[in-house]
Amino acid sequence: MFDFSAFFDHFDEILQGFWATIRLAAASAVLSLIIGTLLASFRVSPVPVLRSFGAGYVNVVRNTPLTLVLLLCAQGLNDTLHLTFSESSSTTYYWWAVLGLSGYTGAFVCETLRSGINTVPLGQAEAARSIGLTFTQSLRMVILPQAFRSVIAPMGSILIAMIKNTTVAAAASYAEVALVSKTLLDAPTFTGGAIPLFIGVAVGFMILILPTGFFFGWLAKRMAVAR
Amino acid sequence: MTDSEGGPDLTKGEGPEDAITQAAATGTGPLVVVEHVHKHFGELHVLKDINLTVDRGEVVVVIGPSGGGKSTLCRSINRLEPIDGGRILVDGKELPKEGKELARLRADVGMVFQSFNLFAHKTILENVTLGPVKVRKQGKQESEKHAMELLERVGIANQAAKYPAQLSGGQQQRAAIARSLAMKPKVMLFDEPTSALDPEMVNEVLDVMTGLAREGMTMIVVTHEMGFARRAAQKVVFMADGQIVEENTPDEFFTNARTDRAKDFLSKILTH
Repeated sequence: MFDFSAFFDHFDEILQGFWATIRLAAASAVLSLIIGTLLASFRVSPVPVLRSFGAGYVNVVRNTPLTLVLLLCAQGLNDTLHLTFSESSSTTYYWWAVLGLSGYTGAFVCETLRSGINTVPLGQAEAARSIGLTFTQSLRMVILPQAFRSVIAPMGSILIAMIKNTTVAAAASYAEVALVSKTLLDAPTFTGGAIPLFIGVAVGFMILILPTGFFFGWLAKRMAVAR
Repeated sequence: MTDSEGGPDLTKGEGPEDAITQAAATGTGPLVVVEHVHKHFGELHVLKDINLTVDRGEVVVVIGPSGGGKSTLCRSINRLEPIDGGRILVDGKELPKEGKELARLRADVGMVFQSFNLFAHKTILENVTLGPVKVRKQGKQESEKHAMELLERVGIANQAAKYPAQLSGGQQQRAAIARSLAMKPKVMLFDEPTSALDPEMVNEVLDVMTGLAREGMTMIVVTHEMGFARRAAQKVVFMADGQIVEENTPDEFFTNARTDRAKDFLSKILTH
């Protein structure tokens, strides 16, 4: 039952799956931070339309299961509406997975960042305005830098959840490690046990995620704003 | 005192053609004009028909009991508190509504807060150069040079590379004054600048402020420091219950106040 030979027989394919996971996670990390920051800026902006848009987006996306979001991207927008990013279907599925996952994670990034904005004393914004910075400048140069620093640790948790959520992209036809494992298991030629395969993939994720957690813990300490 | 008259016609605003605007255009006339200003916080009527004129180079000290509307008046002059009625003119121009225009006006009105409000994630030098670089679009080198001169002047040039939390309260407040001065403001507002300081640090801040007053900076200072008022102010404004109760010269006010409300206030603070 604990014969890992089958796992190592297919080690190359699993590594490729992990590589696909890393590519998906890396692009989604960057994009979800951008989306989340934009949404948070909308939600605190003085323009009512932007505030409503931000609130609406967060409430819809945050309360929709990720599987649905990704299926909508891959099957709804791609397969049905034929919105594609390139000739190659794997590239297109990759970008739909990135967009779906980032759009979803961005809602959580937004809410975390917004709670960070609330930790910045009101006086900071008043001082910024009193020297003539516009709303956008105050947000960019004074409020957000401090807000980000106060939420580095919870932001790390969101990114960790996002890395694990990449496995849901299997539903969106993107061949990351979970889909690779499932394909392996389903193949009639696969004779090894399922448990060693699961353990192997789990260890792979730990190798990926543990350093991420340590990195964010270290960063949170280093970047803390003294008041 | 009620405002059952329904308040005078507060929204009138005589347009850009009136005397104040014309005088300002020639660089004469008052620098700050507050006309029939009203402000409510919900049910609370915190500013009741306030009228105040501040001339160029004049130092006005606003004193009075807590909750009398002093800070609110000070904060309304750069529109950190929007007003409900009346109008406020700075250098002949009425305060714009939110937006770029307002930001431009605020750049000309320096503000020093009770709690310093230095940008916590930036060094002292970066605090002082942020406005000049981002708002005035000055070069970085030029801004830093000017910032160092200002820090020198307020006596903390050796702290330039530190972060606000590493400085004492008095040093932080002097840095905040330097940050405001870096914008070359036309008028400086001080909202209880020494109230959050340890007693031993009050004087270092007051000395800087007295120096500024001597150099002819127009200042509106909300403070409880009577010594500073006597030393540096040309005018004392006594506020209580949302109204300006008395306007007087410092000497007259402290020795021979006209109103009973002011006499009562002074008797409470000057007897010990």
